[in-house]
Amino acid sequence: MTSYALEINSQKYNVEAEPDTPLLWILRDQLGLTGTKYGCGIAQCGACTVHISGQAVRACSFPVSGVQGPVTTVEGLGTPQLHPVQEAWVANDVPQCGYCQAGQIMSAAALLATNAQPSDADIDSAMAGNYCRCGTYPRIRKAIHDAAHILATSKANS
Amino acid sequence: MSKMMMNRRELLKVTAMVGGGAMFNLAIAQDGTADPDTIEDGVKSLNVFVQIEANGKIRIAASLPEMGQGVKTALPMIIAEELGARWEDVIVEQAPVDDAFGVQAAGGSWSIARNQDTMRRMGASAREMLISAAALHMEVEREDLRAVDSRVVHTSGRSRSFAELASLAVNQPVPDPETLQYKDPNNYTILGKKIPGVDNLAIVTGNADFGIDVTIPNMRYATYTKCPEIGGTAVSFNEAEIKNLPGVVDAFIVEPNNAAGNSNIPFFKEMAVLRGGVAIVAEDTWSAIAAKRRLRVKWDQAQASKDDWQDMIEWANGVAQAGGGELVKDNADIDAVLNDPNNKTVEGFYQFPYLAHVCMEPMNCVADYQPASGDVPAKLNLWMGSQFPGQAKEVAYNLLGVAPDDVEIKLMRLGGGFGRRGVHDFAAEAMMIAKQAGVPVKLTWTRPDDIHSDFYRVGGFQNMKGAVNGNGQLAAWDQHYIGFKTPTRDISGAGFFGNEFPLVAMDNARVSKSMKAIKTPCGAWRAPGSNSNAFVEQSFIHELAVLAGRDHLEFLLELLGDDRWIVEGNADIVNTGRARGVINLAAAEANWGKKLPAGTAQGLAFYFCHAAHVAEIAEVSVDSKRNFQVNKVTVAVDVGPIVNRSGALSQVEGSIVDGLSAMAGQKITMANGRIEQDNFHQYPVMRISATPEIDVHFIESDFPSTGLGEPALPPLAPAVTNAIFAATGERIRSMPLSDLGYNLT
Ligand code: FES
Ligand code: FES
Repeated sequence: MTSYALEINSQKYNVEAEPDTPLLWILRDQLGLTGTKYGCGIAQCGACTVHISGQAVRACSFPVSGVQGPVTTVEGLGTPQLHPVQEAWVANDVPQCGYCQAGQIMSAAALLATNAQPSDADIDSAMAGNYCRCGTYPRIRKAIHDAAHILATSKANS
Repeated sequence: MSKMMMNRRELLKVTAMVGGGAMFNLAIAQDGTADPDTIEDGVKSLNVFVQIEANGKIRIAASLPEMGQGVKTALPMIIAEELGARWEDVIVEQAPVDDAFGVQAAGGSWSIARNQDTMRRMGASAREMLISAAALHMEVEREDLRAVDSRVVHTSGRSRSFAELASLAVNQPVPDPETLQYKDPNNYTILGKKIPGVDNLAIVTGNADFGIDVTIPNMRYATYTKCPEIGGTAVSFNEAEIKNLPGVVDAFIVEPNNAAGNSNIPFFKEMAVLRGGVAIVAEDTWSAIAAKRRLRVKWDQAQASKDDWQDMIEWANGVAQAGGGELVKDNADIDAVLNDPNNKTVEGFYQFPYLAHVCMEPMNCVADYQPASGDVPAKLNLWMGSQFPGQAKEVAYNLLGVAPDDVEIKLMRLGGGFGRRGVHDFAAEAMMIAKQAGVPVKLTWTRPDDIHSDFYRVGGFQNMKGAVNGNGQLAAWDQHYIGFKTPTRDISGAGFFGNEFPLVAMDNARVSKSMKAIKTPCGAWRAPGSNSNAFVEQSFIHELAVLAGRDHLEFLLELLGDDRWIVEGNADIVNTGRARGVINLAAAEANWGKKLPAGTAQGLAFYFCHAAHVAEIAEVSVDSKRNFQVNKVTVAVDVGPIVNRSGALSQVEGSIVDGLSAMAGQKITMANGRIEQDNFHQYPVMRISATPEIDVHFIESDFPSTGLGEPALPPLAPAVTNAIFAATGERIRSMPLSDLGYNLT
């Protein structure tokens, strides 16, 4: 067991774990941050997507020993106010079962952080790592465009 | 109570004897039973579904499992509408698993059809009690009062809020359901609107309660490993090594138990058997998964499956050539018609693979077992996502002998169901592991476990022959289903329901089946039976239209004949008028027959299942390298009046994506009893880039509303393959398309 200092959602944690333990299981089992989901364990489905230093990564395949930089999970994304992506997700009634949606939202938020007005092709490539078994893709696309619009309007107003 | 109502309710009331005689009462929800005792301070209960808080919030119970199909929003909407509530005041709460709520099962697209009357009654009953209270409180006539926007309003304009009336209302007599009057749909303020899912905020902030997220005190984390050859049992394993691994608390063999699958509900018979294997219990999930990877088990494969997909294909080809089979529907003249030199004939051998459910949330269950001590009987608590949570009580009784009353089940949100989460094999494993380990456990299946231990959509084959006469009309339809059953029973989704169109509407049809016993567990997968039969039947209708040199739409409409019920008043069999309605609507909206560039074409399919009439037109582009893209799918649906427009659209969109995902690249194969796919890299789910434009149109006929979780899926595959034929001239008779070199882009 090795000790790791992590910064997650702006809070500091010290965790003890085997170095190869995926960040996903530290979040879920040790820290109780269960918003991040397990779907495949092999970086295929995106259910476990979190941000490390603002980059979308698959927490199921990212060992805790490799984490350098602050981690953001879906629980920390929209605090204190909902992130525009979350707002757009609710307004477009995106979720069906909802299980993939934390991962979808984290990928979408990472996309918008670097590309304020993504095209459909940009969305296709940024969201390619996220499965939705329920098939909410049409609404995900629409919600990302809406979130981009919310962001643009709030920037224009501030 | 009317006689018809009576019969229907009797029908729903299933009292089952289980195993040694424990009773399960699968009754429907009780009529408005006011409970003057407050559940907690300030909360008044008008019936089991409706409670009013002092602050004006209205709590409505959602009694059925929510798996993404939207019932947690749609059914409370029906209650709120009749109650006269303002939707903004409503808080929806998941009901406990309890007989008071009736049969708490979700599947078969039944939820709306079977529960809407009860929901309406609960809302109306509570509303009448509030009106009675208002009449007393305001000293006015009941007739001059109505409920609107969470208030009871007098014709004079004076009003009282539901919250003000609640304590008086709970003491009012519960109205006789026969006397209840229901709202005129023209005055609806909630039903038919687009209402977002009640858990959306929890979901987008990571706070929704899925089974996999449950933690209870002293809980340990378990994995379970079964023989890759289905049905093999564990003899021994590298116990010392496993127990020494970091975080591992315990590891042991679990013996198989077939009795766990006993059920008095026919669908569940022999399903939830406990397969033998090795349990690893650890301090956290990762330690259990890491140890599982190091596990070396000696298996006894004497009873294991030897099923082999290649053998099945060979067998089916032989059967198709030999012909025959058990007759399902006969027509003595059919061979004469097929052999008549004036007729043109076509024959096609169709094939569809086994499919896995791959619910996004792998199967899991938290189990807390407390053994009997002294006079206190054994108790079991379960936390899980399930499509029929109460059935797990049967499993617990079969396996551990715990009486149904001593099993408490906490139903969590389901990360997908699609038919998979009706079967409680995963719960059987969790409860047995908890018992053997002597601690509460959360069993989590890895994705490979989930793919290897499914109740698959059964694969199969159909050999089709048909003839058209000199006038270009369908003259004969000869359908031979070649598929599978278990050694003791039929498989859900294999063969025919008997209500398939066109065969129910035709005299000149012969239908037969040849079924072979297999050991691979199979079960319900979104639109069982329909999801493969639609592909075969609706493709073959197109083949016959092409053979006749006729337009597919015109040929299909001709097959429908006059507008009528095939069986008068039976909503489970196609109504040709409703069918014609959706087919014509889809054709008009898609501009059927419009000019398209080379390599792009439209394909049409209609299907009837789950009391729903659905027509779909796919516009597909195919290039010379067999890359294909579905540009647009136009959908016309008749399921009666729409309850939640947003949820209904979601179900159609999801069905289109799911159907496309499956046909494009999904198949489960087995070799010598072993499932050959392990994870998503071998069982791909469609990604966002392939999503077509989906254009949905509802015909809100006056028939009662029915469900939409499944029926928009079956027509998708034939609509797409018919379009590929129109674009390329290649007839597709086998799934998935990736096996034929097609690549969905
Ligand atoms: S769980 Fe990490 S990508 Fe699937
Ligand atoms: S909403 Fe169910 S998997 Fe995406």
